[in-house]
Amino acid sequence: MRDVSIVGLGQTPVGEHWDTSLRELGFRALESALKDAKAERVEALYVGNMLSGHLTGQEHIAALIADFAGLRGIEAIKIEAACASGAAALRVGYAMVAGGLADLVAVVGVEKMTDQAPETVTAAMSMGVDADYEAMQGLTHMGVGAMLMRRYMHEHGFKREDFANFAITAHANAAGNPNAMYRSPISARLFNEAKPIADPISMFDSAPAADGAACVILAPTEIAREFSDKPVRIRASAVATDTVAADDRRDPLYLEAAAISAQKAFAAAGLGPDDIDLLETHDAFTILSALSLEACGFAPRGGGVRLAQNGEIGLRGRIPITTMGGLKARGNPVGAAGLYQIVEVAQQMRGDAGVNQVANARLGMAQNIGGTGGTVVTTILERL
Amino acid sequence: MEVARYWRTTRQRYQLVGEVCPNCSGKIFPPRDVCPTCEKEAKTPFAFSGVGEVYSYSTVYQAAAGYEKATPYTVAMIRLAEGPLVSAQLTDIDDKDVAIGMPVEMVTRVLREDGDRGMLVYGYKFRPVMV
Ligand SMILES: [Zn+2]
Repeated sequence: MRDVSIVGLGQTPVGEHWDTSLRELGFRALESALKDAKAERVEALYVGNMLSGHLTGQEHIAALIADFAGLRGIEAIKIEAACASGAAALRVGYAMVAGGLADLVAVVGVEKMTDQAPETVTAAMSMGVDADYEAMQGLTHMGVGAMLMRRYMHEHGFKREDFANFAITAHANAAGNPNAMYRSPISARLFNEAKPIADPISMFDSAPAADGAACVILAPTEIAREFSDKPVRIRASAVATDTVAADDRRDPLYLEAAAISAQKAFAAAGLGPDDIDLLETHDAFTILSALSLEACGFAPRGGGVRLAQNGEIGLRGRIPITTMGGLKARGNPVGAAGLYQIVEVAQQMRGDAGVNQVANARLGMAQNIGGTGGTVVTTILERL
Repeated sequence: MEVARYWRTTRQRYQLVGEVCPNCSGKIFPPRDVCPTCEKEAKTPFAFSGVGEVYSYSTVYQAAAGYEKATPYTVAMIRLAEGPLVSAQLTDIDDKDVAIGMPVEMVTRVLREDGDRGMLVYGYKFRPVMV
């Protein structure tokens, strides 16, 4: 297997792009990543996307974006794994380069959500939970997240207010990210007084639907410096699955796919949680950050919220998370979220994170969660 | 909802019929033909009693298309007496305070309406056990 590095980064601002189509969004991220890599063509394009069929009435978007980008003829495939589609696409691109099937590959994550009415978006997001046994009962993606949060509070003795620092940290970090959707800080009071959407989850526990696209260009590490002065090595990449329905799990508060994929990534890299300088958690809901921190071994069971309460997740904390705003405040273009995480960790590894730079960051990790934990992708990046 | 899909899952939705594993005796819901505990074939039907207790719950204010009319409504994960967790709406709760550990029982209710001319989908919900 060949060593693989990221040699180009691109992203669009996250938000409501009423004037920009799905294909244009994907193209813009691809175009800026190619420019960053000083490359004109790639051999293959993998597109992470969850909802183009339901929200835009368009499947087959990898070929569509390849054509729109003037790359007609190249290999191009869409990859779907609910909210983990972005990092799942990276996994495929990584395998192609690592396995020697391609030398220069683009991976785009793209989602277009704001054209549709809220109930349509809620129904679409809920396609990542079990349609016959969860969504049919009126459960939404957020409703399942809310039940996990309530049970967590019950088992570990927390109040809703105890989760505030996850959202406060995300918003504080988004203020320094020019591509983030919500760039204003929030207070504990604002968090505490927010009305529930699926109680105990309020708008400040949950990430906003948005439009956006992010892209990375991959190359074998041995030729990476032909494209970039600051290549970022993919030190490990792992995917694991669990039941799609949260109620089918042995313990719904233990994200087994998060634990398995983290263990696989740590084992492949010969690393452990203590070696990691920052972690992009999949904070679609605040509870998912807590469960992710625990499943990866950064905190014991029930200790994820404690880390946030103690301020250990900030940019100068013991384990900085959501360093560019996370899904919560950067925004959650769902099938692109995993690629935004990768672009942001790569920015940190290159020392290009501006005022949000984590000092001396050498190893960064991202965990992209599909549905409520049915698919989890863990990626570890390293500064070269 | 498509008519064929509706009929495929009526036994589960009307009568809470799952499976029992002939190997480890584990009770399985929803039915999946392979025991999630011991991974052996498990195709023996098993009707659950429909009683259990609330494992967790949430009141949903932002519903998906097809469920807007009932908003807000309360969903729960129910720990069935026989072991498995099942997700469903709570009904007949009036002003009662829902709590983790609350005893509940299964009833059949309308789950969703597919527009004014679409089909009514019936299935299980759970209500507090009458005392
Ligand atoms: Zn068994």
